[in-house]
Amino acid sequence: MNRPVRWLIVGVLVATGLALCLLIGPGGFGWPVWNSAIGIARRERVWAGFVVGAGLSTAGVLMQALLRNPLADPYVLGVSGGAALGAAAAIVLGLSSVAALPAAAFAGGALTLVLVYAVAAPRGRAPSLYALLLSGVIVSSVFGALLMMLISLAPAAGLRGITWWMLGSLQVPSATLLRGATALVAVGWAVAFVFAPEWNALTLGADTAHNVGVRAGAAVIGGLALATLTASAAVALAGLIGFVGLVVPHGARALVGADHRRLLPAAALGGGLLLAACDTLARSVHPSAEIPVGIVTALLGGPFFLYLLRRRKGWSA
Amino acid sequence: MVGVTAAVELERLSAQYGGTPCLREISLRIPEGEMAALLGPNGAGKSTLLRVLTGRHPAAAGRVRLFGHDLSALRPSERAAWVAVAPQELTVPMPFTVEEVVGIGRTARLPRWTAPGADHRRAVEAAMAGMDVLELRARAFDELSGGERQRVVIAMALAQEPRLLLLDEPTSHLDVSHRLEILRLIERMNAERRLTVLMTSHDLNLAAEYCGRLFLLDRGRLVAEGAPEAVLREPLLREVYRCELRVRREEDGALTVRPVRPPRFAAGAAVPPLGERKT
Repeated sequence: MNRPVRWLIVGVLVATGLALCLLIGPGGFGWPVWNSAIGIARRERVWAGFVVGAGLSTAGVLMQALLRNPLADPYVLGVSGGAALGAAAAIVLGLSSVAALPAAAFAGGALTLVLVYAVAAPRGRAPSLYALLLSGVIVSSVFGALLMMLISLAPAAGLRGITWWMLGSLQVPSATLLRGATALVAVGWAVAFVFAPEWNALTLGADTAHNVGVRAGAAVIGGLALATLTASAAVALAGLIGFVGLVVPHGARALVGADHRRLLPAAALGGGLLLAACDTLARSVHPSAEIPVGIVTALLGGPFFLYLLRRRKGWSA
Repeated sequence: MVGVTAAVELERLSAQYGGTPCLREISLRIPEGEMAALLGPNGAGKSTLLRVLTGRHPAAAGRVRLFGHDLSALRPSERAAWVAVAPQELTVPMPFTVEEVVGIGRTARLPRWTAPGADHRRAVEAAMAGMDVLELRARAFDELSGGERQRVVIAMALAQEPRLLLLDEPTSHLDVSHRLEILRLIERMNAERRLTVLMTSHDLNLAAEYCGRLFLLDRGRLVAEGAPEAVLREPLLREVYRCELRVRREEDGALTVRPVRPPRFAAGAAVPPLGERKT
């Protein structure tokens, strides 16, 4: 089977999966009236699920390649801690408009990356990847403490907002935000795809990347920025949804191999479909209440990840 | 020598690590098409010299010229089209296949906006054939033995289609027969493609056997260069390696260097503490 045919089949499968997600709701199985309130809400949720899943998975693929560590995920460099802190700060300060929360999350995530990078970089030189990982862990835990302090100080009204946001939800706060996040994820993914050979080379280490003609330092910074862009766009839209960025790149690698020219499309499609499906489950299992989607992804992703770890015992890096 | 391009030309090259000098005023020249080896004790600066040759480590002073061009004036993709490196060890943390790893050697030659074409496949194929790893192509790099890995790493460098191949200790963790095999394959590439080869090595005998030109480094200085018999001389090696050794010419003409063990400890005699032993 040649390549275009194979990708066509994958495309049809993904489209069918997304259509199934549209069909299923708390009331059972059925096609919603297209322009009814339910129809619009479901379309937006499936769309948001796909965009957030694709964004987190793309960030996961990039982080794992750049840090040369299959256990890395979009949040490992503190993007999550920073984004959560930004959102919580906005709530505590009373900036609870539709745009303020995601903007604050995005700013928090991006600023954290800059901070982590500055802490890890010795006197203006490029930091080692271990220094980056270490400084990410430290900055994340400090931010986690600050976040807990903010939560304990938060007014009762804002508390539920923070909690819901930290659990992750695909209820779209505004169509504008959805379109904006879609555009950011799409641009981030496309740029990442164009530079797929660079990520392949960097997976073999900065020295090898340099030797085969990659500007290694610039490529690492660019890749980190792209990962932060797609992850922050996803976090700004849906809050903190775990495990997608960690598990999907693994699953995609098992299916199509480690070459980023195939891995990036596979991870984006697979992650998008997976999160849309998880969200369908989250809003359908209980007839009157909704489970936060982050709980579904954690319950499915955790055991799957352990399974992967045991099967691939050789990946100790 | 007039008219022959130098693959490598160093002029009073110095380099340092964190303020400590590790290469001091090295001047040398390797004509195109030669096989040369960098020798010297651990820490003499051999690997650093290779890193300076690709611009991975900055030169503190002096000049590096590759095929008549200043290294600092070359763009990374131009430099990668001329110089390839086979590192001593390659860690591949993701499940790349042998064929994919070899293909990564061609990163700088890949078209940005289209899928890799026939020339890409041909070069990868030729590199794998040259290092005898065609039958391993679909295997995961992780699963290979040490000798197989070394051949794949060199195939990756060859896929780059360089004019100069730098090898960092290509034989250091291989057994005798695999050492010979790697060097035989490298020699074949040198002959078939007129590839200039510069390798670092701790194996003085094999270096003398396969390389027409040896460079001996000691604490960052170039202390001898030339044909094996000019460099592998007892007094010089004794001073550089700080141990007793014998150099001899075998009946088949090969030059061999053999370390001589210090005197045996007499049975029953008190063994002096380690720090006071004379080495």
